[in-house]
Amino acid sequence: MSLPTVNLLTIRDLNVRFATERGELHALRDVGLDIGKERIVGIVGESGCGKSTLINAILGLLANNGRIDGGRILFNGRDLTRLDPKSMQALRGIEIATVFQDPMGALNPVISVGRQMRNIQYRSSLRNKEKDARSVAMLQRVRIPDAKQALHRFPHEFSGGMKQRIAIAMALMMEPALLIADEPTTALDATLEVATIDLLKDLQAGIGCSVLFISHHLGVIAELCDEVVVMYAGEVVERGSTSQVFNHPNHPYTARLLECDPARQAKRTRLLPTIPGEIPDLRHRPPGCIFASRCADHRSACQAPPPEIEVDNGHFARCIHARHHDENSRSRRP
Amino acid sequence: MPGIMTKILEVEDLEVAFRIGPAFGIGQRKELLGVAGVGFDLDPGKTFALVGESGSGKTTLARAVNGLQAISAGRIVFDGQRIDDLDARRMKPLRLRMSMMFQDPVGSLSPRMKVGDLVTEAYRIHGIDVDFRAETERLLSLVGLSMDVTDRFPHQLSGGQARRVGVARAIALNPELIIADEPTAGLDVSIQGEVLNLLNDLRERLGLAMIIITHNLHVVRHVADRMAVMYLGRFVEIGPTDEIFSAPAHPYTAALLSANPEPDPDRAKDRIALPAEVPSLLHRPEGCEFHTRCPWARQDCGDEIPEAVIVGQRRVACRFPLERGERPPADSPTDPPTK
Repeated sequence: MSLPTVNLLTIRDLNVRFATERGELHALRDVGLDIGKERIVGIVGESGCGKSTLINAILGLLANNGRIDGGRILFNGRDLTRLDPKSMQALRGIEIATVFQDPMGALNPVISVGRQMRNIQYRSSLRNKEKDARSVAMLQRVRIPDAKQALHRFPHEFSGGMKQRIAIAMALMMEPALLIADEPTTALDATLEVATIDLLKDLQAGIGCSVLFISHHLGVIAELCDEVVVMYAGEVVERGSTSQVFNHPNHPYTARLLECDPARQAKRTRLLPTIPGEIPDLRHRPPGCIFASRCADHRSACQAPPPEIEVDNGHFARCIHARHHDENSRSRRP
Repeated sequence: MPGIMTKILEVEDLEVAFRIGPAFGIGQRKELLGVAGVGFDLDPGKTFALVGESGSGKTTLARAVNGLQAISAGRIVFDGQRIDDLDARRMKPLRLRMSMMFQDPVGSLSPRMKVGDLVTEAYRIHGIDVDFRAETERLLSLVGLSMDVTDRFPHQLSGGQARRVGVARAIALNPELIIADEPTAGLDVSIQGEVLNLLNDLRERLGLAMIIITHNLHVVRHVADRMAVMYLGRFVEIGPTDEIFSAPAHPYTAALLSANPEPDPDRAKDRIALPAEVPSLLHRPEGCEFHTRCPWARQDCGDEIPEAVIVGQRRVACRFPLERGERPPADSPTDPPTK
């Protein structure tokens, strides 16, 4: 696998804290990841692991009680953590676009699709007719039948899968450099989910953008993404190419998460595997390994913060047990 | 339990019709069939899964079984007693014996009630006098929650905790049948396993029968004894889960199973592509209703409604059921596979 040489987005040592009634919550700790140009990177992790906080930090949309407490978010060389709100606003929707889980949340129910698509081109100097022509072209790219007619229709007249495709069309309208897709297929059925993934892949290749794809569905991540970032309790515990992470998980959490997916159980079983224990309270983050309290392999050394170990070219795991692939194959740990 | 196993539930030719329009004086009065004639039965202690795309009628069917949705034709028999024609008053005692877990774990809990009151609400509704505190403790421990949560409101719970409260409410009156609508939707894989294990444990210990509605086919494969695949309000295939997974006979089932995303980046994808557009229930296709999307459709599939045929232990609504592993013909009228 050839690694990208140019990164569109580089995040280093990102920390996010929220002030809450019951004390300060350390939501993201030392998060780091890279998104190469024209790459599709997946973030996988369970609810509360900080996926959405991370997106909001990138977009400059953290809630009022949240703040970035150190770290850098470099987008095309610019540090977004230092950007003023106005420049950030200019970036959103143009260079960084988003698609969310619920397409109805992105579409205005009382305005026709065509009007909405015209509205999002407000920064363009094109005439309305030309804007509409672009809208039709974009709707055709997301395979909406009768695209011209569709401009006059309202969101509720489309099925769930079509609404999500319209939301995708609107996000990609301005040909952004980065598309952030937050669980865009979770509300869809298996057949529509696969169709939407294929569509995203096609559009990504056509536009040449990068995609940050958030999901807790391991199957979807495996289908779509070039690389994957595994998050747990606000930390990146493992990252690498999709095949590295899925085939050679080096962090115990990744390994357990993969085991838990009923899809990975070849044999039919009534008793599905689970991960005992709970995510630690992020108001009182343990100083050492964040997964130690649920890890079967934990030692006293896990009380200290674990280093991020590169186990293979571009494959990192934040665990003291992580070993380089070659060593790993020679002496597998117990 | 009587000597001979009686069915806990029998559903025959069930139809649910919705009347729509005119709105604001515009449009015509129309009728659409959300559930268009389905039948199945369920033994005590068994699990039956309903799968299909959204809008295929799964939830409507479940609500009809539970008496939350009036039916327009057919029969529903619960433990030997016909229940579809009962009024709310006569239905109430039966609700002691069947319960429902709703799709939205937080939305199905009253936001103004605390967990402790929520799990014992059913006792109050039915006027059953129990030691509420002891019962709360018993139910919460059954679902693996500590008493710490009794004073919390639903919005203070995580998704997994809210789901468990939903399970606790559903099992409160020791029902014989639980209908679980998407019991794991939106849950993380590890918590999904916990909820399913919990339901399965209760099924084993209490002899519960369950109807599970889900679009996660991997879950169905592990937990369901029998399953039905719904399309436009009808069963296109119904039978033992193992049989259906190993050799789907209806083209729609085959496409659905092939579309299941697998968490294995190296696995070759051998998908059966379907045109994305599901027909509207207001304009059902003539003949076989799947023929407009079916990669195997033949010239005359649109002419007549297929009779159900028996394949193994299954009923399949297709005139030309598939052989094991049969691939669509090369000239199939579907979207070309993307790439």
